[in-house]
Amino acid sequence: MISLAGRDILHSWGRFLLTGMGLGLLIGVTLTFAGVYRGMVDDAKVLLNNSGADLWVVQQDTQGPYAESSSLRDDVYRSLLGLPGVAQAANVTYLTMQVRGPSGDVRAMVVGFEPGQPGEPAFLVAGRRITRGHYEAVADVRTGFVPGERIRIRRHEYTVVGLTRRTVSSGGDPMVFIPLKDAQEAQFLKDNDAIVGERERIAANPAFNRPGVPGLLEAVTASQTTSHNVNAVLVRMADGHPAAVLAETIGRWKHLQAYTRAEMEELLIAKLIATAAKQIGMFLVILAVVSAAIVAFIIYTMTLGKIREIAVLKLIGTHGRTIAGMILQQALGLGVIGFIIGKLSASLWAPLFPKYVLLETGDAVLGFFLVMAVCALASTLAIRAAFKVDPAAAIG
Amino acid sequence: MPIATNTGIQIEGLSKRYGTGATAVDALKDVNMSVAPGEVVGLIGPSGSGKTTLLKCLGAIITPTHGRMTLGGEVIFDQGWKIKDLTALRRDRIGFVFQAPYLIPFLDVRDNVALLPMLAAQPDAKARERSMELLEALDVAHRANALPSELSGGEQQRVSIARALANKPPVILADEPTAPLDSERALAVMRILNQMAAQYRTAIIVVTHDEKIIPTFKRLYNIRDGQTIEEAGQGHSVH
Repeated sequence: MISLAGRDILHSWGRFLLTGMGLGLLIGVTLTFAGVYRGMVDDAKVLLNNSGADLWVVQQDTQGPYAESSSLRDDVYRSLLGLPGVAQAANVTYLTMQVRGPSGDVRAMVVGFEPGQPGEPAFLVAGRRITRGHYEAVADVRTGFVPGERIRIRRHEYTVVGLTRRTVSSGGDPMVFIPLKDAQEAQFLKDNDAIVGERERIAANPAFNRPGVPGLLEAVTASQTTSHNVNAVLVRMADGHPAAVLAETIGRWKHLQAYTRAEMEELLIAKLIATAAKQIGMFLVILAVVSAAIVAFIIYTMTLGKIREIAVLKLIGTHGRTIAGMILQQALGLGVIGFIIGKLSASLWAPLFPKYVLLETGDAVLGFFLVMAVCALASTLAIRAAFKVDPAAAIG
Repeated sequence: MPIATNTGIQIEGLSKRYGTGATAVDALKDVNMSVAPGEVVGLIGPSGSGKTTLLKCLGAIITPTHGRMTLGGEVIFDQGWKIKDLTALRRDRIGFVFQAPYLIPFLDVRDNVALLPMLAAQPDAKARERSMELLEALDVAHRANALPSELSGGEQQRVSIARALANKPPVILADEPTAPLDSERALAVMRILNQMAAQYRTAIIVVTHDEKIIPTFKRLYNIRDGQTIEEAGQGHSVH
């Protein structure tokens, strides 16, 4: 039996292709939106993976260091190292800021870490690791920096010595890794004018500047110009020790908050990007409805353009189910063309987005079946119109 | 569907009423008609006389109110349809030729004709073989691979006649098949219809008000106010 739908598509392939392209671009946008959401989730997971930690220890009653700010003293890690099951514990700082490069400012998350400890970039794609205690940096390739370049973070200049890849914050900003001491200074130390002003204020305070207590003013002043805070302590567990048990111990005895990997993932995905995910979800629903409406309109219009042929087909003895099958196949054919163009478009433009867009095969497969379902559903309107065609219309 | 011996088409006491009560209109009143296999008869009458209604009843498109119809020796209507699947009845037992050819624009000539046998579940190869046989008989086989839009008006009409004959129906209903044609082409179409009727033993009813072709009928039914009057035609040869 001839495929009436196939022949019609071949006969007017140009119109089908153009219609399919229009639909395809819409499907491409829909797939891209799904990819944006997947990219956000992946960024969050990558952030956790890159830290190399099993446990995040942060300020009590906070959800830091990514979802909320957290500050704790930099000697806390020593007490953690003494707990059973702790293999490594290291201080880290995180600060999202504008980093000035040779070709302009780049928004980046500056990470302070200790070499050889959790928090260090796992691998490099160019250059070398940080070997000096100060003023060297490793940057993510998306910053656009290259090894040998000089970048400015707060008051100091750093030399980029290495590049890494896919190290981003949960917001998708590329990371710049610098030594912990430099990062503490960048984050917590005030500028010179503020320090001078603060010194004068302390000196004017009779409580700190007592005539009978030598050295008190100097001690208070010194405490104001040094920083001993970090944002979190990353803990790596020894084999066979569950992180959840240690988290509970830290919470109970150390007056700190500890999150396991699963809890941190929950914080990042379910809370930090929840609103953005809902926003994207709404867009996806609207796009799906718009796509369905467009497919329905296109198929309906195409069917109305063939009323005479349908009347003739019915009159000469074509069953309604054959005509319904023709319309359904055309709708599905349009969906297939649209999906192929949409998938290609999304794959082509995804790398051009400033933030990571992750197009997953599973989403594409689901998208394909959804497009088919939407097209089948959309064709019902046209099929209804075809069923209403009176075969007598061919006679007049 | 069993096909009895082909005896053309017979209509007895056929009537069709539209509406009910005071607004009811009798479009057909006690129509009697008979067309033998191989015969071509004309159905003439002024506008609104009931020609199209009769054609729709014969074509199983609308249901008559009363009467009896026999097609190819089988009673298909007797105060009600005797056949459930009217679509299949139209496909297998009735051929249609329209004022305009109304060919399917996205099928080539061969498949336009082969479509009906295919719809009747004949194998594609056999359906196309039948199609080519008819196209040869109608002298359009050389255009078998062309699309309808590539044919002249006369060629298109010949293809539509071939399509009407594709499932070897006992009757063909032709609705003003020569209306858009000049005298020469109109007579050519009538010549073909007569040839096909004779060759395939098909009863053909031609609805027309085309003065050019009326003299070609040997027998005519003149329909006025829903009633038919049989008349002898001039039967001018168109061979």
